[in-house]
Amino acid sequence: MKEAKLILEDGTIFEGWSFGYEQGDDHRSESADTSGEVVFCTAMTGYPESLTDPSYAGQLLVMTYPLVGNYGVPPQEKWESDRIYARSLIVSDYSAAYSHWDAQESLSDWLIRERVPAITGVDTRRLTKVLRERGVMMGRIVIGDASANATKNIEPATEYGSINWVERVSCRSVVRYNEGGKIKVVLVDCGVKANIIRCLVNRGCEVIRVPWNYDYTEMDFDALFLGNGPGDPNLCGEAIAILKKQMERSDKPIFGICLGNQLLAKAAGANVYKLKYGHRSHNQPVRLVGENQCFITAQNHGYAVDAKTLPNDWKELFVNMNDGSNEGIQHSSKPWFSAQFHPEACSGPVDTEFLFDRFVASIKK
Amino acid sequence: MRDESIHKVLLLGSGALKIGEAGEFDYSGSQALKALREEGIKTVLINPNIATVQTSEGVADEIYYLPVQPYFVERVIEKEHPDGILLAFGGQTALNCGVELYRSGVLERYGVRVLGTPVQSIIDTEDRELFVERLNEIDVKTIRSEACSTVEEARQAAQKVGYPVILRAAYALGGLGSGFCDNEQQLNELAEKAFAFSPQVLVEKSLKGWKEIEYEVVRDKYDNCITVCNMENFDPLGIHTGESIVVAPSQTLTNAEFHKLRALAIKIIRHIGIVGECNVQYALDPQSEDYRVIEVNARLSRSSALASKATGYPLAFVAAKLGLGYGLFELKNAVTKETSAFFEPALDYVVCKIPRWDLSKFHGVDRELGSSMKSVGEVMAIGRTFEEALQKGLRMIGQGMHGFVENKELTIPNVDAALHEPTDKRIFVVSKAMHMPEYTIDRIYELTKIDRWFLEKLKHIIDIDDRLKSVTSITSSDGTTASLIDSALRAIPADLIREAKMYGFSDFQIARAIGLENEVNRLEDGHSHGEKMHRAMLVVREFRKRLGILPVVKQIDTMAAEYPTQTNYLYLTYSSLDGAQNNVGHDVTYENDSRSVIVLGSGAYRIGSSVEFDWCGVQALNTIRREGYRSIMINYNPETVSTDYDLCDRLYFDELTFERVMDIIDLEIPYGVIVSTGGQIPNNLAVYLDEEHVPILGTQACDIDCAEDRAKFSAMLNEIGVNQPEWSALTSMEDIDSFVERVGFPVLVRPSYVLSGAAMNVCSNKEELERFLKLAANVSKNHPVVVSKFIEHAKEIEMDAVARNGEILAYAISEHIEYAGVHSGDATIQFPPQKLYVETVRRIKRISKQIAKALHINGPFNIQYMARQNDILVIECNLRASRSFPFVSKVLKLNLIDLATHVMLKLPVERPSKNLFDLDYVGIKASQFSFNRLQNADPVLGVDMASTGEVGCIGDTTDIALLTAMLSVGHRIPKKGGSILLSTGGAKQKAAMLDAARQLASNGYHLYATHGTSDYLTANGIENTTVLWPSEENSSKEYVTEAPSALELLHAHKIDMVVNIPKDLTSHELTNGYKIRRASIDLNIPLITNARLASAFINAFIEVPLDTIPIKSWREYQ
Repeated sequence: MKEAKLILEDGTIFEGWSFGYEQGDDHRSESADTSGEVVFCTAMTGYPESLTDPSYAGQLLVMTYPLVGNYGVPPQEKWESDRIYARSLIVSDYSAAYSHWDAQESLSDWLIRERVPAITGVDTRRLTKVLRERGVMMGRIVIGDASANATKNIEPATEYGSINWVERVSCRSVVRYNEGGKIKVVLVDCGVKANIIRCLVNRGCEVIRVPWNYDYTEMDFDALFLGNGPGDPNLCGEAIAILKKQMERSDKPIFGICLGNQLLAKAAGANVYKLKYGHRSHNQPVRLVGENQCFITAQNHGYAVDAKTLPNDWKELFVNMNDGSNEGIQHSSKPWFSAQFHPEACSGPVDTEFLFDRFVASIKK
Repeated sequence: MRDESIHKVLLLGSGALKIGEAGEFDYSGSQALKALREEGIKTVLINPNIATVQTSEGVADEIYYLPVQPYFVERVIEKEHPDGILLAFGGQTALNCGVELYRSGVLERYGVRVLGTPVQSIIDTEDRELFVERLNEIDVKTIRSEACSTVEEARQAAQKVGYPVILRAAYALGGLGSGFCDNEQQLNELAEKAFAFSPQVLVEKSLKGWKEIEYEVVRDKYDNCITVCNMENFDPLGIHTGESIVVAPSQTLTNAEFHKLRALAIKIIRHIGIVGECNVQYALDPQSEDYRVIEVNARLSRSSALASKATGYPLAFVAAKLGLGYGLFELKNAVTKETSAFFEPALDYVVCKIPRWDLSKFHGVDRELGSSMKSVGEVMAIGRTFEEALQKGLRMIGQGMHGFVENKELTIPNVDAALHEPTDKRIFVVSKAMHMPEYTIDRIYELTKIDRWFLEKLKHIIDIDDRLKSVTSITSSDGTTASLIDSALRAIPADLIREAKMYGFSDFQIARAIGLENEVNRLEDGHSHGEKMHRAMLVVREFRKRLGILPVVKQIDTMAAEYPTQTNYLYLTYSSLDGAQNNVGHDVTYENDSRSVIVLGSGAYRIGSSVEFDWCGVQALNTIRREGYRSIMINYNPETVSTDYDLCDRLYFDELTFERVMDIIDLEIPYGVIVSTGGQIPNNLAVYLDEEHVPILGTQACDIDCAEDRAKFSAMLNEIGVNQPEWSALTSMEDIDSFVERVGFPVLVRPSYVLSGAAMNVCSNKEELERFLKLAANVSKNHPVVVSKFIEHAKEIEMDAVARNGEILAYAISEHIEYAGVHSGDATIQFPPQKLYVETVRRIKRISKQIAKALHINGPFNIQYMARQNDILVIECNLRASRSFPFVSKVLKLNLIDLATHVMLKLPVERPSKNLFDLDYVGIKASQFSFNRLQNADPVLGVDMASTGEVGCIGDTTDIALLTAMLSVGHRIPKKGGSILLSTGGAKQKAAMLDAARQLASNGYHLYATHGTSDYLTANGIENTTVLWPSEENSSKEYVTEAPSALELLHAHKIDMVVNIPKDLTSHELTNGYKIRRASIDLNIPLITNARLASAFINAFIEVPLDTIPIKSWREYQ
């Protein structure tokens, strides 16, 4: 294996070996593709789901669980999209040998095929502590000979937060699933995960997937779904404007997940801020506000709704039990609600999938 | 919120440690008691296991050293009037007892509420039929099983589901009486045994080869659920999970599989209605997502203790709080102290549990692993690679292995069979096979069904080893170690050593792989083998330190570093290679204030070393903390209290090898290290640590060496004029013969190199001696055999004491009930001594003083003596705490370890005023045997230890204490008018048993006796019925044909107790006696094999009617 390095924006260097895509490793020609925002995820399973989650677009994904690759890569129908969105994968101990009845190829082969660089042998716990203390930051992967000469003075990459990632990952045209389904749901695609579509289709919905800035307000539908997606919701002005328009003219049910929670909050008039290092894990505890009911949730977000800025006719639905951050909102009278976490799981615990049932039940047909 | 109406709670412990129910329940019980006390609730504990931490002062308010049985528990309830009772913290013993009390209406009658999981939910999980029904209600798949109540029904059920089948006894702990049957003959045999333990036996289709996965699930009364941990068995279904290597978290499950099983676990716990903790075991098809639920344990278990240690989530503590009515959201994460207890730990390491077996201790035992548990202990290893965790673990089990490779070559006659039919050597057989070209991974998979992922990882270890082996030879140019290190530095690429360390190679493995061991052999001829190994390892250590290849210290923080924590729960790993040099990889910053005191723990529980040393370690930690030092523990046993991170200031859950202990010492730079409270493992390190100038607190290494080295010890005794049984280390048969000629038979023979079977034996004649040496030992110059005169009919006496500067400060003398010849760990011990001459005691005190002075003892020590009349001989001396320290400390109400720790810390101490002759009560320590789990093992006692646990009970008289102790270890008082089967050995034993036999007969018991015993009884006017020995059954002799057969009587359950005393060790006697003893065990009939113990027990139950035993707590004995 070739030597490889992860160089952080603050100059910290982590050494390891490459196990992903290695072509064109002189950093000038590839620099745009090997740099990104370095984020960590504490999930112990689900690397195929995470890598194909469009919410990881533009990010270098660090797995805190050290052993990765154990069960290879499942067939594409089990992915969360049609390709790998994360810029790079950083692990402690890549398992070259894999074993599973459903595996199609090794993780390394897949990464190479999808032209995604990856490093193993990194002390990911130390790296995580750096990110936790100083906050997420940009980083760059350097492989092979270039790695030996790489210094701390790398060219600054374009700031993650300055890019409208949603625009890059959203679909380009309207796509329909389960046509003829008993309920028509417009799904605003900001980088939606496949399992959200599966969860809706399994409940008999016809899903009308529209681009992030598509004006659906004139369409024929029963309810609106705001999907997950990458990046800063403050850059999604067009989507928020269309949503506002919809909310002004109709009381049709709305359900948002992750970025959808933030868009709904923005449309309601609240603020969204960037977290120091986000929530990316399968073990986030949330509590139903005012109740003794708690749920373990899967999460993947770097921004959060500032609940203090919610207008009076909105209230918090869920709150994070670790840091008190907002985990969902709902309108006090209208069937509009959202979750910051991922009820569709994939990867992660499935305890909150009932929210889809609640959404479908709220749609009066 | 907590239920405020609960003021006093009774907790049931699990009693003596036995196979399937061991130290994990000391840990869970201690945690629960802590959780209750924190709430200001008064706690009452019933547990006869006196060596546990939970039965120590300050853990519970009232402690009863009484059997955990319905009769005694009811009496305690009657006296204490608790508001609530906790049943989930004392294993199957407490659960079964609680269910009985519930069913008989006792709990209701006294208004005692069961806290936590309702009893009906427990019954739903324990009764297989109900269980399957309940899970069917929610469409959860179980293994199709047929409940049977006769052997005939079992046969029909097996035919219906088709062979192979698995047989399980309901309501039995650890798979007792369970097993696989490939055909009807096997089924018949197993079914009979199973019905002896349980009225209900289940016949199920076998799913051998499926993956075995477990989840630990928690639920509060508000229906909030979490799964704290999942675990995957390295060995597929077919091997009891207690016998399997277990990995946490699961390694080969996809996200879909992981969460499918997790969701099912939550669905199950909700439906059954657990409040607290439970464990769900699954079988998972390795070719699809198909699954079956194997079982649900509605209580804390071995797995939950492991999960607690693996994740840092204190399951027992939280379960106790939930039992009081709290919601999970109201409790805090015990590690972060900030975040909520309602969360699921994220691990950033891998954990590997490996069982420890001691099958070599038993004659004739079946070594194959199956669905019934045989292991006596376990270890948990933590690493950042699977290879590292596994290799650490294989060193931790303490059976002379250095990891997965570079071990002593195993001789396996049939590798195919050994892979297919696993034994306790399974993992090493895989290692051997992987060194043979014909065994590909596919072939090994076919034979073992171990997932290929695990096999590939094992192969990776072998590949690294091969690369190490191919390093050019390292030689010393001038015969010095220094030049050897230089040579190594030139020859070996640093990257290769780094890689080897990342994947768990010890310095010694590396030394051996690169041929250093041989090179050191050449340089330092004349040293012992062990010393040469040590030198070779030191060379690697020095040279990797020069390369800056050092381990880093990581925290177990439950959150994978997501939130900052101050946790003191630590392990060492090599995953950060760049980090160790400038300390950036460490999660800990060191104070370097010379205030740390390191206590070395006792490692895996094994026969001869278990919870008693955990107690000693915990007491030492408590004292160190109280005296203002920083307490540091190194230990790796997940069943212990000492590895609870609450108990010390820093816990290193890591190896107790010289290498790892030195790694930690290099970082801690401690004030000192305590090696005398953890049994033999730390004791053996003393000399090597001393060589590195490590400050050892207490008795110095050279004195420890003087007590450990047989020759040095003898020389010292001679010097001070103290006798010991004559002995000699001999290297040829001729020398042995001439020694025996001089001292006479019997002799005790201890080979230094054991081929198979037990390590020690008593030989009564030349034929036996030759047979034993030929079978078991290899007598040669390199492997001397120690032969010593064996003294019969001598009393054995223990001296446990603490000395300062060679002067005894406090002591406890205790007396064995059995004569010498029964290992001190198996013997029944009375304290204070009841039948010793005053002169004997005086002499023992005098000799002990002399020895303490000669060895400059500072701290705890133990001397074993033999006495015949007033002739005193020293058997052995240990300059460390012994197994009996907690027992004598608690009976005497003087904590000898606390005292010893003060001495070792060089703090001023006052000589305690306690005197053992002032005690108005007696303590009896009795041994727990687990022969029922060790198929085919001969349940006879000898010079090698066989017990797996012990109890200690206190009474106003010896009889009371003995009776409660014997009942606590599973003996039963034969019912009035019941039958006793006697065969009482040789003339002396027969005479010793005569009074007891007369007592039985005159109290209405019917005596059956084998013919020698029968004749003797008849001659002495005691009525009895002659029975046939097994070998007589087909004999043509007339007198035998009319007599009933002993075995038939046993099988017909017509016998309530068996006293079978072996006459000698001739093979004929063993066969006959063996069959009767084994049948007693297999049919669950109480068995005693020692005349003195049998007499004492019989006398006790006849003299003391059960209902006259006073129910007194420990506090009440003043």
